[in-house]
Amino acid sequence: MTTATTGAAAAKAAGRTKPATMAQALQRAMRDAMAEDPTVHVMGEDVGTLGGVFRVTDGLAKEFGEDRCTDTPLAEAGILGTAVGMAMYGLRPVVEMQFDAFAYPAFEQLVSHVARMRNRTRGAMPMPMVIRVPYGGGIGGVEHHSDSSEIYYMATPGLHVVTPATVEDAYGLLRAAIASDDPVVFLEPKRLYWSKSEWSPEAPARVEPIGKAVVRRPGTSATLITYGPSLPVCLEAAEAATAEGWDLEVVDLRSLVPFDEETVAASVRRTGRAVVVHESGGFAGPGAEIAARITERCFHHLEAPVLRVAGFDIPYPPPMLERHHLPGVDRVLDAVARLQWEAGN
Amino acid sequence: MQQRSSTVQEPLADSAYRPTPPPAWRPRTDPAPLLPDAEPLRVLGTDAVADADPALLRRLYAELVRGRRYNAQATALTKQGRLAVYPSTTGQEACEIAAALALEERDWLFPSYRDTLAAVARGLDPVQALTLLRGDWHTGYDPREYRIAPLCTPLATQLPHAVGLAHAARLKGDDVVALAMVGDGGTSEGDFHEALNFAAVWQAPVVFLVQNNGFAISVPLAKQTAAPSLAHKAVGYGMPGRLVDGNDAVAVHQVLTEAVARARRGGGPTLVEAITYRIDAHTNADDATRYRADGEVETWRAHDPVLLLERELTERGLLDEEGRRAAAEAAETMAAELRERMNADPVLDPMDLFTHVYAEQTAQLREQAAQLRAELEAEGESR
Ligand SMILES: Cc1ncc(C[n+]2csc(CCOP(=O)(O)OP(=O)(O)O)c2C)c(N)n1
Repeated sequence: MTTATTGAAAAKAAGRTKPATMAQALQRAMRDAMAEDPTVHVMGEDVGTLGGVFRVTDGLAKEFGEDRCTDTPLAEAGILGTAVGMAMYGLRPVVEMQFDAFAYPAFEQLVSHVARMRNRTRGAMPMPMVIRVPYGGGIGGVEHHSDSSEIYYMATPGLHVVTPATVEDAYGLLRAAIASDDPVVFLEPKRLYWSKSEWSPEAPARVEPIGKAVVRRPGTSATLITYGPSLPVCLEAAEAATAEGWDLEVVDLRSLVPFDEETVAASVRRTGRAVVVHESGGFAGPGAEIAARITERCFHHLEAPVLRVAGFDIPYPPPMLERHHLPGVDRVLDAVARLQWEAGN
Repeated sequence: MQQRSSTVQEPLADSAYRPTPPPAWRPRTDPAPLLPDAEPLRVLGTDAVADADPALLRRLYAELVRGRRYNAQATALTKQGRLAVYPSTTGQEACEIAAALALEERDWLFPSYRDTLAAVARGLDPVQALTLLRGDWHTGYDPREYRIAPLCTPLATQLPHAVGLAHAARLKGDDVVALAMVGDGGTSEGDFHEALNFAAVWQAPVVFLVQNNGFAISVPLAKQTAAPSLAHKAVGYGMPGRLVDGNDAVAVHQVLTEAVARARRGGGPTLVEAITYRIDAHTNADDATRYRADGEVETWRAHDPVLLLERELTERGLLDEEGRRAAAEAAETMAAELRERMNADPVLDPMDLFTHVYAEQTAQLREQAAQLRAELEAEGESR
């Protein structure tokens, strides 16, 4: 992960094309997929003429026509429900839910049909589709514009749940999601939409397999396990922790379902300590599942309990208070300090 | 700028005042042609039946008799514990069957949980149609093979699927029509609204058939809607609404055929309401005497879809004693075969639980599958 400034500066210094944003990478992923495969259809509220409220679908309607990038009526269940029928007929819908909390009306379709159609039909009717959901806070949004809804999707068998944290991954994972023969809930960390890197919108780009975590920063004394919007926080914390003598490894999950237990377990066995960091609530949150899995797999390697740094278990707060809710560098460092654990603590 | 009170009705003298809204705000469709028929359309017992193809009439009769027998057999199977539950369509056979027969082979059917007969009339294997209710698997067939979406229980959620499929077919240049069936109660669900709206906006080749059988479990239509009829709802979406006597197989077939043809030639969706009655209880698990009077049921028995058609065919000399016997015998053969096949225990592989969750199994599922396999092996050893 390159931060906005260093990435842009490095690209400029190297005389390369101007840095791309995550939003542009996502857009190119859809464009490339649509150009390659005529069955790929983008649909949602305002995705056509406007190019989406985050401009992620900008230009697609112009390039591919309104039949391939469609402004739908304002109805999330209808959007996802019609996408089910389209997938039944051999199309690959890429559906945009405008904001995290506005995907809830579509849950019925998601949970009752999208997620279980393959299973219900004994594999005869797969549901190849992507449900793109801008999620998470940190952009000063009003209520219902900042939810971290990943746990609902994770708890629904039949769905893949993917979330990129870098511009490169935004492209690579979305291409893989569109190519997947199973439904993928593609969670886009909206506060990273404008993050930049040296990734060029013109140069050839990689497709990333779904289900593989990556070590973003190697380290020896503890592992931070994170994904999506919390990755930059963890990288910053890891840098800061060096002053305290901690050499932190940072694992970016990239995919919550399937969950890459191997990469996580291998890292924790090396370091002996782990902290899971995410924005969504901690109670029955993703970190609970991950911590349990680490304990089951790495019990004898652990020098301390697996800790979680999560958002509070509260409805997402109003923008003026969100900085208190979102796990920041300090909270991560506090947790790291607590990893100096002694029995009887 | 003068303040306008909300109670003032007269136009303001203000020059900004417009007597009519700007053009984009005007209703785009004259509602009159979209309004449903004043009375449900009937063909049986009228002169119009003379225009009907005798071969179609005979076919409808044979299918109705078979459908009635299927309902009886499936209900009997619940009593023997072979089916967990069966929602009978006795009394509704005409809409079930005539609607399904209005489709071409390339078309798609999107049934509700109750529409087993429509699926069977379309060619679905009678046993595969009951898998969901027997409980061995949710969908017992490949939807693409029969062009029948899975029979399943959430209400009205199949309606947007039908719209999406029809829309996709049209985008591909295929002249495929989707028929989506729903009950009167299902019209209250949000998905009903969203589906009709999408269909009208996209001019998707879909026909919505509401089988108004009077009740949603125990709740009568009057508690479901205040609309003049369910077909009236079409007007608000900008599509035509049709009302038909759902116990008149010929009328249902005619209205559905017209709506399907209209959709196929690019005329967009239609909402058809078929007025019918559920003679049996909601399912075998329901006690209908708690919410309806016997007298009401008897009135509807006199308007039985099988009898109506049989009487007409007999009067027209299209059906004699031998024809009746042949239809009954064919139905009996179907029932005997259904009974026999349903009495065989289905062979199930518990490992299938993990087979169809994802295209490629996740590590977690592989682990859980291994656990179950070990348990099954241990069980096998202890036996
Ligand atoms: C979304 C949803 N809510 C509730 C139910 C439970 N339920 C099953 S059938 C039924 C009544 C359906 O009535 P109607 O739509 O009129 O169809 P009918 O049973 O008369 O064919 C209800 C409430 C359900 N299956 N799905």
